[in-house]
Formats: sequence, C-alpha cells, structure tokens
Amino acid sequence: MNKESRKVAIIDYQLGNMFSVRQACLYLGYDAIITTDKNELLNADYAILPGVGAFGDAMKNLRSLDFIEPIKEFVAAGKPFMGVCLGLQLLFTESEEFGNNKGLNLIEGVVKKFPEVDGSKNKVKVPQIEWNQIYNGQHPWADSPLKNCASGDYMYFVHSFYVKPEDNSNNLSETKYAGITYCSSIKKKNLFASQFHPEKSGRHGINIYKNWFDEYK
Amino acid sequence: MENIRIIARMDIKGPNLVKGIHLEGLRVLGKPEDFASFYYEYGADELFYQDVVASLYERNSLHDIISKTAKQTFIPLTVGGGIRTLDDIREVLRAGADKVSINTAAIRRPEFIREAANKFGSSTIVIAIEAIRQGNGDYLAFIDNGREHTGVNVVDWAQQVDELGAGEIVITSVDREGTGSGYDLELTRKVSEAVSVPVVAHGGPGKLGHVSNVVKEGKADAVAIASMIHYDFIANQQSNMENRSEGNISFLKSGRTSFGQIQPQSIADIKQHLKESLVPCRI
Repeated sequence: MNKESRKVAIIDYQLGNMFSVRQACLYLGYDAIITTDKNELLNADYAILPGVGAFGDAMKNLRSLDFIEPIKEFVAAGKPFMGVCLGLQLLFTESEEFGNNKGLNLIEGVVKKFPEVDGSKNKVKVPQIEWNQIYNGQHPWADSPLKNCASGDYMYFVHSFYVKPEDNSNNLSETKYAGITYCSSIKKKNLFASQFHPEKSGRHGINIYKNWFDEYK
Repeated sequence: MENIRIIARMDIKGPNLVKGIHLEGLRVLGKPEDFASFYYEYGADELFYQDVVASLYERNSLHDIISKTAKQTFIPLTVGGGIRTLDDIREVLRAGADKVSINTAAIRRPEFIREAANKFGSSTIVIAIEAIRQGNGDYLAFIDNGREHTGVNVVDWAQQVDELGAGEIVITSVDREGTGSGYDLELTRKVSEAVSVPVVAHGGPGKLGHVSNVVKEGKADAVAIASMIHYDFIANQQSNMENRSEGNISFLKSGRTSFGQIQPQSIADIKQHLKESLVPCRI
C-alpha cells in the first residue's frame, strides 16, 4: 500500500504541541491528522500520542475526550502506536507528579521526578532541556526504530519526570541525567515510545519516524 | 555539567533577519529562513526567532517565516516578540514553533506565566529578561527591546518567574548586546544560581573565549549567539545574498568583512572550541 493512503492519527488531547509531530510525518510523506475524535483514532493505521505538560491534566483530558479505552483497543489490535515525551510517560501505571495519578498502564512501571540535587549534592536544573545521549538498553536496536542509530547519539530532551519500568528488558535506550540512568525509549511489541523528541532531533530523529513507519508499511 | 546548547538567535523585522547594537540600530542581513536552514544543517542545537518590532506591525510575515522554517528544520524553534495572550501562544505554536518567549506581557502581569505554563506546559514557556546594569551594580529589567524601564530587580524577577512555572529563562544583557565585548558573566551567574530552571545567556559574544567563559564563569546552561554566526554565514554565503533581501542592505553590498569586535565563527568552530575547553556539547 502506498503511504498516501495510510492513515496516521495524532491524538490531540489539548496539551502540548502536535504540530511539530505532524511536520515530521508530512516531511516523510504521511499526511497525519490531528484529532480529538476517538473514531478517527480507531480507523487509523498508525497512532501517535504526543504531549508536553502535566501527567494528571493529560489523563483527565484523555478521559474527558473518551480516548482511554480506544487507545487500549488500538494497541491491543496490534497496530503501531508511538508515544513521545509525556506520551511515553502516560503509557505507564502511575506518576508521582502532584500526588499519585493513574496512567494507561500499557507498560508496568512508575513515572518519577528528577531530584533537586544529584549524588554529589550539586544543584540539578529541572526540566532537563538539552541534547543528551542515548545508550544501548537491554532491548536490541535491530528491527526497532533506532536501528540506524549508534549508542551515544544525541537526541533532544525536555522533561522533569522520567520513567522507571518494572521490566527493563523492553528498554531500547538509556540516558543519564541528574546522576540517574533512566529508560529513554522503550519497545514492547507494537508499542514504541521515547522520552526524547525524535521530531526535534534532526536527521537521526526523522529517521526514527521513518523506520517506525517502514516497519508496518 | 550537562551538554551546553548553542542557540542560533535571529532578530526579525518584517520579512528580514536584522541585527542591531544594544537592540537598536538595525541592519538587514537576509532571509531568516535561509539562515535557519543553514544553522540547522551545520549543528545548531536550537533556533530562536525574536520579532523585534512585533508591537508595532502586523504579524503575518512572522507566521509565514515560522511555518517555512518548521517545514525544513527539525530542531526546537522558539519564537518571541509581541506575545500577550494565550491565543497568541496558540497561534505561534500552530504556525510551527515549539516554545514561545515572553517578556513584556509577563512583567505587566506575572500571573500570565502561570496560566501559560498550565495551558501549554512549562517547557513551552520561555521568559526573556532584558537587563541593564545600574551604577550600584544591580541589574534592572527592561521591556520593549531595552527601551522601557520597569524598576524590577532582575534576580528577584528571575526567581518569581521560576516559581510561576516558566521552563527556561533567557537573560539578555542590553549593555553588551551586539557589541562583541563578551557576555555579562556576573549577570548570567547571578540569575543562573538563583533559579532551578535552565538559563540561556544572551548578548555580547564576539569571540570564542566569550562562549566558554559564560558557561564556566557565568554558569549558563545554553548560549544564544547572533552576530558571530550571522557574519560567518554572510562571509561564506555572500554570493547568494543579492536580491534576496528587502530594506537597507547597503551594509551587505559594501562587501565589508570586518565586523568591529565581532569575529565571524561557524557553529562547528564554536563547538570545537567548547570541546577543547572541556565544555560538553553535542558534536
């Protein structure tokens, strides 16, 4: 099937910037739609959950737009689903942001805040805003969207919270900040999600989108 | 120490990239989207557009520049100038920006920072502070490109901005801006040490040593650079510059290759210098 006929849905839950995700899709020839409609999601071939902002608000908005069950249904159908930044964190069981908030629980684990000081008592700037390096995690990069990346490549990160999965065998990459080594991207069957922004990480990042699309072409 | 970002700072007036001294006396340098694409190709970590006359003219050309840039560059783009309402922010994001930079509207009504951060996420909201050093060594915040005095102490304001939920602070030394005499290290350090969010140093770099100094001495988390890289781009791309700009381009046509105290340097040169100075950055 040619890519013009493939439907890509970017889930719009009124938080964060869907437009740069759409630009990356357009650049690769996919005319992605930004949608608040669960039916458009369910009819899509690919879905992307972007997001910048607070975990609790995001879950509240997903719930009020009736996106929770459709997302789970989409993922259970085996269709490719990508999470970016907050979109990675929302896949987890819960977040410790402002009291505990329940997530989508598609990946078991918790979302934690970066500490205010690192192990050497140095002040940590939060959010982390930088190009940081991704290193090999337990999950191999071959046959994943990271297949053309090299361990140590730089990606663009903006976040105050990080994910801690129960099972590290799905961790594609790990990254270091504030003296912590944390999971920066994950692949679990048809789920792929990254803490960094591939759509803002230059050529390497665009290539991640390309590989993700190509895998299910 | 974390990886230092080099942010290509581009001041925009109408359809043109301009550069001034002390945020005044603007010269036309070319088409902003051409400079942006060049910086994207050659290693910039972020792009920053500041509409320097936003409060005076209509904004269509800015939105046009943003959307052209967003189609051809895939690194973060921050846009500032004339942003006063949540709708203004939404429009700039919709055009293709990733973050917005706010100065005047935040000083006039600090609660706007909280509202914007709640609506769009802290990391989307950058607060720009224009600082002018006073005789007693204090720094006071200015608005409207350094023209209007507010009486607000810069360090106090930076702390308040942090508490209200800004994701990042750009601190501009109006005294140094466009002069090539170096960043104001004391200003940058005072602000960086006072807040928990990343601080971007802006205003004054004219040679490589200034950049590493503001990281080491000034504790900057990122550096905004304009003239040094713009002049390098012009020096390397001058043959392409004819007929591409509107307005006063006599400066470009003069073929002048000396830029006063400012040494043209490419982003690659600057990153190489940082690496040699043991300042980590993406290469």
